[in-house]
Amino acid sequence: MLRWPRWLPAVVLTVLILFTAFPFYWAIVASFTPEATLFREPSLWPREFTLDHYRALFAERDFLTPVRNSLIVAGTTTLFCVTIGAFAAYALARLKFRGKALILGFILAVTMFPQISIVSPLYLLLRSLRLINTHPGLILPYITFAMPLTVWLLVGFFRQLPGDLEEAALVDGATRWQSFTKILLPLAAPGLATTAILTFIYCWNEFLFALSFTLGPERQTVPVAIALFRGQYQVPWGQILAAAVLATAPVAAMVLIFQRRIVQGLTAGAVKG
Amino acid sequence: MKSESKLGLVLVAPALGVIALIALFPLGWTLWESLHQHDLRMPWLGQSFIGLGNFAEIMGDPRFWGSLGHTAFFTVVSISLELVLGLFLALAMNRAFRGRGAVRAAILVPWAIPTVVAALLWRFMFESEAGIANAVLLDLGILEKAIVWFIHTGTSWVPVILADVWKTTPFVALLLLAGLQNIDKSLYEAASMDGAGAWWQLTHITIPLLKHAILVTLIFRTLDAFRVFDLIYVLTGGGPGTSTEPVALYAFNALLQNLRFGYGSAVSVVIFAITFGLAVLYIKGLGVSLQGDER
Repeated sequence: MLRWPRWLPAVVLTVLILFTAFPFYWAIVASFTPEATLFREPSLWPREFTLDHYRALFAERDFLTPVRNSLIVAGTTTLFCVTIGAFAAYALARLKFRGKALILGFILAVTMFPQISIVSPLYLLLRSLRLINTHPGLILPYITFAMPLTVWLLVGFFRQLPGDLEEAALVDGATRWQSFTKILLPLAAPGLATTAILTFIYCWNEFLFALSFTLGPERQTVPVAIALFRGQYQVPWGQILAAAVLATAPVAAMVLIFQRRIVQGLTAGAVKG
Repeated sequence: MKSESKLGLVLVAPALGVIALIALFPLGWTLWESLHQHDLRMPWLGQSFIGLGNFAEIMGDPRFWGSLGHTAFFTVVSISLELVLGLFLALAMNRAFRGRGAVRAAILVPWAIPTVVAALLWRFMFESEAGIANAVLLDLGILEKAIVWFIHTGTSWVPVILADVWKTTPFVALLLLAGLQNIDKSLYEAASMDGAGAWWQLTHITIPLLKHAILVTLIFRTLDAFRVFDLIYVLTGGGPGTSTEPVALYAFNALLQNLRFGYGSAVSVVIFAITFGLAVLYIKGLGVSLQGDER
């Protein structure tokens, strides 16, 4: 065993947690601080408290619209990808057939290729279909980049399930389809849920496509809306940070609740030599 | 089994079809566009075939070479930091018995939030001479005078790199930790018995056996860093001037700011080719087998 002093790991991890948490803490404090004092003698402890920024977000900026857009786009994409992806992942994890390794390799390759390399044709395609600045105009490209990730994660989860139950069902005369729907799917439910959460987060966070294929505030998603916030004379930091806090809260909550499974899913595929 | 093989293909077909239809087909289209002059702001010019004309223009544009340099710089610096710090953290996590839940949470939250938000949090800390970054550095005596971070190239990179390290190091640590947990503990016991010190164990047991995990992490992170867009778009906008502009932003500007679709597509092709080349280089050159069919 590497002999570390007993206290060292604890110190390292405490520093890590502080370093990780500080920007969040600072943004939360700032989102409740009046605009006028935001940059005046920064203090680690909040000295004044106001809800103005949050109020302005909904009263003046209509922040609900981007939230709704994001929910629609990310939700639809997730539903579609997990449904179709589950069948593919089952086959790739559980069945023997030719070309399987090739297909897995292809899917992995697609997850790695740079999004920017398909922005131009997608833009031209969506323009000719009159889908620029619409929900389907975002859902369609989102499916491309989310599907490989969904399949990849699901393959990892399906592989971890015990094989004997399925075999037993087959011996007892069940068809492949029955063993899939009656035995494997219920067992895989937690994996499916985790994949759905990760796919949703992935779409919720996406920026480049959403920036390229929307034109105005009425169809912008949350990240685009926040990034393009402008005030009349100066950058409205209070409102930006309030919006950042609101955009982060649901993601942070999901991650904290499902952390164990998420870690399992993320590391299952990647690091096993 | 023949029926199994058939079922397999039937089940894979829809997902594969979707990926091919909206990933491969556009990729081909990008290639085709890149050989044309296609300017959406001047539709009367139409779309004429100009062969490799766009590529020649790219090669002659210093702004493109600049953006390539910025991307390489960002990739190398941020990944080096992330790997070293990540390994250190992974070793600490592997040794800690209490508070793993808190650590895991601390790790996942920055990774899961939108990059745009991460960029804004860091932009805010480095914004203005009265921001928290200046205040802390002045208090610690590291700076003598407050810095306006975003008006110089050198200082603009600081928040960019810090934000990336902040967002991804913990995740790198997580991948490396998974690799660490696969190492047989008896190896260390045997080495200790033979009187090997901690440093020897790290360099002769841990790192060699972690090679696979390190390489996989390296591949994922390199390809990821090479397409950096959101982070820099929000933090510096590529500025001051174009001095922190990465290739993805250069392509984006050609496409959606100048509406030069032929030229922008050619830049996209170049980015794709470089990414593809890097991936092949890693996989062939370093002999990594990614999740294949071994199990």
